[in-house]
Amino acid sequence: MTHDPTDASNSDLELLAFRVGEQEYSVDIMKVREIRGWSPATSLPHAPDYVRGVINLRGAVLPIVDLSARLGMDPIKATSRNVIIVMQLETQTLGVLVDAVSDILTLQKSDIQPPPELANGKANSFISGLTIVEDRMIRVIDLAGVLPETGQAAA
Amino acid sequence: MDPMAEIKASFFVECSELLESLEEGLLQVQGGDTDPETVNAVFRAVHSIKGGAGAFGLDDLVHFAHRFETVLDEVRSDRLAIDADAVLLFLKSADSLSDLVAAARDETPVDEAKNAVVIAELETLMPGGGDTDEATADADQDLDFAPMTLSLDLPAIDSQVDADIGEVTDEAAATTPVWAICFTTEKGLNQSGNEPLFLMRALAELGPVTAICDTSDLPSLKLLDPSQTNLHWDLTLSADTSQTDIEEVFEFAQGLCTLAITKKTSDQSTPDTADLEALPVLPDLPALPDLPAPSVNEYAPAQPAAENTAPESPKPPAPTPTKAAPVAATVRVDLERIDRLVNLVGELVINQAMLSQSLSAQNLTSNTTISTGLDEFQQLTRDIQDSVMAIRAQPVKPLFQRMSRIVREAAHDTHKKVRLVLEGEATEIDKTVIERLADPLTHMIRNAVDHGLETPEKREQSGKEPEGTIHLRATHRSGRVVIEIQDNGAGINRERVLSIAQSKGLVPTDAVLSDAEIDNLLFMPGFSTATEISNLSGRGVGMDVVKRAIQSLGGRISIQSTPGHGSTFSISLPLTLAVLDGMVIEVSEQTMVVPLSSIVETLTLADAEIQTLDQGTQVVHIRGKFVPLLDLAVEFGYRAPNVIPEDAVVLFISAEDGEPYALVVDTIHEQRQVVIKGLADSYGYVPGVAAATILGDGKIALILDPVDLIARAGSPDTPTALSMAG
Repeated sequence: MTHDPTDASNSDLELLAFRVGEQEYSVDIMKVREIRGWSPATSLPHAPDYVRGVINLRGAVLPIVDLSARLGMDPIKATSRNVIIVMQLETQTLGVLVDAVSDILTLQKSDIQPPPELANGKANSFISGLTIVEDRMIRVIDLAGVLPETGQAAA
Repeated sequence: MDPMAEIKASFFVECSELLESLEEGLLQVQGGDTDPETVNAVFRAVHSIKGGAGAFGLDDLVHFAHRFETVLDEVRSDRLAIDADAVLLFLKSADSLSDLVAAARDETPVDEAKNAVVIAELETLMPGGGDTDEATADADQDLDFAPMTLSLDLPAIDSQVDADIGEVTDEAAATTPVWAICFTTEKGLNQSGNEPLFLMRALAELGPVTAICDTSDLPSLKLLDPSQTNLHWDLTLSADTSQTDIEEVFEFAQGLCTLAITKKTSDQSTPDTADLEALPVLPDLPALPDLPAPSVNEYAPAQPAAENTAPESPKPPAPTPTKAAPVAATVRVDLERIDRLVNLVGELVINQAMLSQSLSAQNLTSNTTISTGLDEFQQLTRDIQDSVMAIRAQPVKPLFQRMSRIVREAAHDTHKKVRLVLEGEATEIDKTVIERLADPLTHMIRNAVDHGLETPEKREQSGKEPEGTIHLRATHRSGRVVIEIQDNGAGINRERVLSIAQSKGLVPTDAVLSDAEIDNLLFMPGFSTATEISNLSGRGVGMDVVKRAIQSLGGRISIQSTPGHGSTFSISLPLTLAVLDGMVIEVSEQTMVVPLSSIVETLTLADAEIQTLDQGTQVVHIRGKFVPLLDLAVEFGYRAPNVIPEDAVVLFISAEDGEPYALVVDTIHEQRQVVIKGLADSYGYVPGVAAATILGDGKIALILDPVDLIARAGSPDTPTALSMAG
């Protein structure tokens, strides 16, 4: 996962691509803190179904979101082969459970198209852009949308 | 942060400390303290604030502080006697000053009209009107804030000292013999560790000395050998002493200098003192016998340095700084650093638990070196933990002092006479607890003045002193801190409370409630006893908010009230928010922690008798009492209702109103201390869960909030899918 810094200077964006179900997604690599294997989470009562619970990340409590369930698909059957991508969103740290990490992409910002306006469905609000790499469509995830809706859990 | 902003920030930190000591001092004066040092301390606090504010160009603050200070100066110099009203005015002025500081810090507008009123009131205290005072004090002010003030004073001191010598020598000349000493240094004097200055100081102990230095032997700079002095002094000593005594002074320099000592007649010495030249060593000679410890030369450079670190350091000339009471040395540390330390210690505790868990898995006998070492490690960890927690602990004093202002304002607004008595201000609690206690406590204090105490007329009618008393008390009680707010007012009017609750539909009209239950109605959301909305309380935000805030700190609140004698609100708080004694339990294969403080009793289910009431409501029959039963697994949606395992355990939990509830869990593992990890920051609020912790196996366990759990179980909208289905 090393990359040449000189390479980064003439490119706008580096994305970490990963697989959820049959689809490929990506996030800005600068938001990624680490990638770790799945370890059983402590489930939270009254939490939405996509919140798998919390794990101990070196002494910090890290909530885990099942991205597949979050996007309205079947929950991931977590095994040791799945990975948790630890991401930093402003002040909050979040673990996102995905099937596998697939690639690191280096793109120009112009390579990313906005999602089509007419697209319907739950997943749309989590997608901030689309791009094509080697004939594969890769969705760029908007992390803020993935965050569990806390506070409302108190309802 | 830019350096100026940093200095400014530290100024405001110091300001709040100064304001505290200001208020403390005034309260002491109010309590009958007549020690002039107390008034001085009050004056110094205002003066220091003015000084700092001047350095940052905070004109409003300087202006007000200056007026305040002028009046205090009159008091300090005994030109103005203070009575009770004056102290009240001073306290009011202190409040305004604190407002101004806050306004300057937050860059918010100031209530100028209010301050003008206070200033006008202050002016009336002044014996001679404002004008002349202002002129002098302004000059005073300029002097105070010029960083070089004290250095500029130096020549003055020197010349004064010089004058003294002159007089002394003149007077002394008549009676005491005068010695002329010719002192020429030779090569090697400096190498042997001698220093002409010290010799001359020693000489000065015999009597007044004048010295004239002859620099004619000094070579040009190019040829100068710095290891040699090349100087010759003509010293004049007027002292009733012998030649041997003088020679003794130069004993160590023997052979390294040429010394000629002659006894002169008095008339020969006078011309010498007249054409004294200003020589660098000269002022030092008489300084030793005349001035206290630090020599003038050392003092001068120290002053500008102090100026940099503390902008308000120039003290008014009158009070001697050395007179202040000795203060324990303290270090101001960024809270973030302490928090990091607390977190690290938390990690250490977890790590140590993991270590002992894995060791016990090795089935070692208990007397191996490893296990004894581990025991010591455990002891050390606890000690470190306690010490770190002690760093965060702070006395409640500043918080309590803030309350005295609240009382003053509330008493003024309601036209009541109130005396606030603070007790146990030295009690220490975690800093975070103190910070988050300020709002609820303010509210409760206002309530006590507004609702608790009667008007002076009513009090007199019922045979009480017209002045009401509120006790604010902090005590340590069995690992918790208890804060009590006690008023000697009329007590809770239970009839009225009940009728209001009924009219608002909070309780059924035919309900029969115990006194304690009626008192607890005050904590119900939407309850407000004030018939008309006053400025103080009754804004709809009531005691329920207070209760919520206290609960979020892991605290409990309760009321005792006696009609006619007043009410006491007790807040019981944990000492720290970082660790907790808990019972580790298991429910549906989930490990959880129940705070030990909430558990009244435990019981295995076989001993307890379960009775089913209507539709799944179950009660436990224990010692002739029916206690409602809650299955934790059901509450958390882990299990369908009514399938309680055979060997389950029941924890009896005391709810807010003191009524017990029975909580069913699968097993109890152990009792241990756990490190609290907040969930709110990383995830958010989870119903029935207070926080999380990390257990010895590295897994996260949830810490229950049983009281919240019980409160939610009663409400129909518990978002538990399974319980809804069942």
